[in-house]
Amino acid sequence: MKKHLKQLTAGVALSAVMGTAAFADDIKIGMVVTLSGPPAALGQQIVDGFQLALEQKDGMLGGQKVELIVEDDELKPDVALVKATSLVERDKVDFVVGTVFSNMLQAIFKPIVQSDTFLISPNAGPSTFAGRNCNPYFFVTSYQNNQNAEVSGMIANEEGFENVFTMVPNYQAGRDNIVGFKQTFKGNVTDEVFTPLGHQDFSAELARISTSGADAIFTFMPGGMGVRLVNQFANAGLSENMKFMSVFTTDETTLPGQKDAAVGFLAAGSWAPDLPNDANAAFVKAFEEKYGYIPGSYAMQAYDTASLLDSAIAKTGGDMSDKDAVRAALKEADFTSLRGDFSFNNNHYPVQDFHMLNVVKRDDGKFHTSFVRTIAKDYADSFSQDCKM
Amino acid sequence: MSTTLFLILCLNGLQYGMLLFLIAAGLTLVFGVMGFINLAHGVQYMVGAYLAFAYVQLTGSFMLAVILSLVTALILGLLLEYFIFRHLYNRDHLDQVLATFGIIIFLNELAKVIFGPTTLSIAPPEFLSGSIQLTETLRYPIYRFVTIFAGLVVALGLYLTISFTRIGMLIRAGATSAEMVSALGVNIQRLFMIVFGVGAMLAGFAGVIAAPIFAIEPGMGDNILIVAFVVIITGGIGSIGGAFFAALLVGLIDTLGRSLATEILSTVFNPSFANQIGPALASMLIYILMAAILVFRPKGLLPAKGVS
Repeated sequence: MKKHLKQLTAGVALSAVMGTAAFADDIKIGMVVTLSGPPAALGQQIVDGFQLALEQKDGMLGGQKVELIVEDDELKPDVALVKATSLVERDKVDFVVGTVFSNMLQAIFKPIVQSDTFLISPNAGPSTFAGRNCNPYFFVTSYQNNQNAEVSGMIANEEGFENVFTMVPNYQAGRDNIVGFKQTFKGNVTDEVFTPLGHQDFSAELARISTSGADAIFTFMPGGMGVRLVNQFANAGLSENMKFMSVFTTDETTLPGQKDAAVGFLAAGSWAPDLPNDANAAFVKAFEEKYGYIPGSYAMQAYDTASLLDSAIAKTGGDMSDKDAVRAALKEADFTSLRGDFSFNNNHYPVQDFHMLNVVKRDDGKFHTSFVRTIAKDYADSFSQDCKM
Repeated sequence: MSTTLFLILCLNGLQYGMLLFLIAAGLTLVFGVMGFINLAHGVQYMVGAYLAFAYVQLTGSFMLAVILSLVTALILGLLLEYFIFRHLYNRDHLDQVLATFGIIIFLNELAKVIFGPTTLSIAPPEFLSGSIQLTETLRYPIYRFVTIFAGLVVALGLYLTISFTRIGMLIRAGATSAEMVSALGVNIQRLFMIVFGVGAMLAGFAGVIAAPIFAIEPGMGDNILIVAFVVIITGGIGSIGGAFFAALLVGLIDTLGRSLATEILSTVFNPSFANQIGPALASMLIYILMAAILVFRPKGLLPAKGVS
């Protein structure tokens, strides 16, 4: 699947007059996201968020015409690698924006940064590239993976939870989340349960939860797993006696499937659709009008990524040849983030506020996460001191 | 591990087993009677779930949606048989695998185009939602009891049909020697069509009753298809009885294994090692079972009579 989304009419008119030279000055951006299989909803949000920003700027970033090439990594590392390599070697893109999943990022990281192309992750933020292996050509506009779980631990402390049952899928991101949670949580973790990835039936785990004596559960079950877990949790009647606290489990991509079952559930995050600032209100309104669904953090991060590129390209005047100047312009992060305060740490991961969110039902019957209060201000990840950059 | 928790796990295992049986029953008949490898069987489970979702949206009634979904699943199955599968019976297995795999991709994408890539869900009907208090701390959802019951009813119905009716006799005969049955003047083409339609309907039914428990998403049938193949190989290809017992066995082993593997391992190894190995081992158990069955009883637990 491949879309060339250049402004065709304008492009054709220009090239007719000036020949192929007109395209040489275009900024080329390659995007590698997951657009097939069940997690396609996440990748679609990133594409939609980025395109909304492009459209609002008339197809230009930093005053330069942009050619966006969208590639689907199919959630297969080998496919991601092939697509990323072709973006760099054949299309000679100036920036690669990707990926949704951390394991896809691991796959495409080397060939991109080694070709001195800037790689900007709109979602995946693994610890691997935050510390010793940080890279001058790599930026993250989302968060560092452990941060949300660390903030969940703080929420658990503030809410006075003493015994917490933890459950995650058995893969790297799942284990990272448990490590992050335990790092800040001061109470007692009653169980650590690891389920297979793509788990269908949580009844066995729910039975363990109900006999564990815990007063809250902390979990990380992205996508369909989250929908199943939340519905089964509510059906088993556990919501009455227990608090449900999670990251990436009750968000705008899963709430259409969870509906009332998730109302009141807690989450940690750096953003919610009703986060009170003007830029954000305008973004959510425009996004809903164009795409007909409430944006999640994925769309927001993609929009911020586009804004970041816009600011950096404007600063260099569209000159992509001086890599150091481009890097310095990116590092400044001189754009209005939908999250409010936003800056880059020395490892090019964001420093930003994290909040407690809960799930609410809107008057029109749609569901979204809602800002409750700020938990951690200007929160940086815990790997940055290992980064020599 | 308390006895009540163990009881819950057994109930869950039974319920999962029943679901597997509904899918495996059709698969084993189609494979056993027609010698046809239908990879698209799992996608019919997904179709059932999406049909239920669509009809619930349309009619607002879960029971009505169940009936309409069953009828639609049956019709879809018959159409697939008539237009596609019929032409593949005499081709070799590779052609069948390729064609049915193509159907998987097509229907998965179609579901995504019509319903979008996000995960959907439907609520169980009002009178079946809620849960029964088993002990002070344990509740068990009524809906899951009903799925176990529904599975038992279908199993009994299939058993009676296959053992005591004329069509059942023909199916058994067809499984042994399709050519001979055809030579005796039976319209084997129509028999195949019926078997296929019923198989598709059962898979659709599994999808319908699974929809309120699990989530509805494109590709939801792909993983369960693999487990269904494990069930029919374990039970003996073409054997409904075998599929029934193998489904229960696989359901129970998988469910109990997931909860107990880590605990049992931690009595032998240190806890962090058990935590690493337990979940991995648990998801392998049913395949180990299948491998063991293939070594010691290559024809399965309860092979269909006369299969050579």
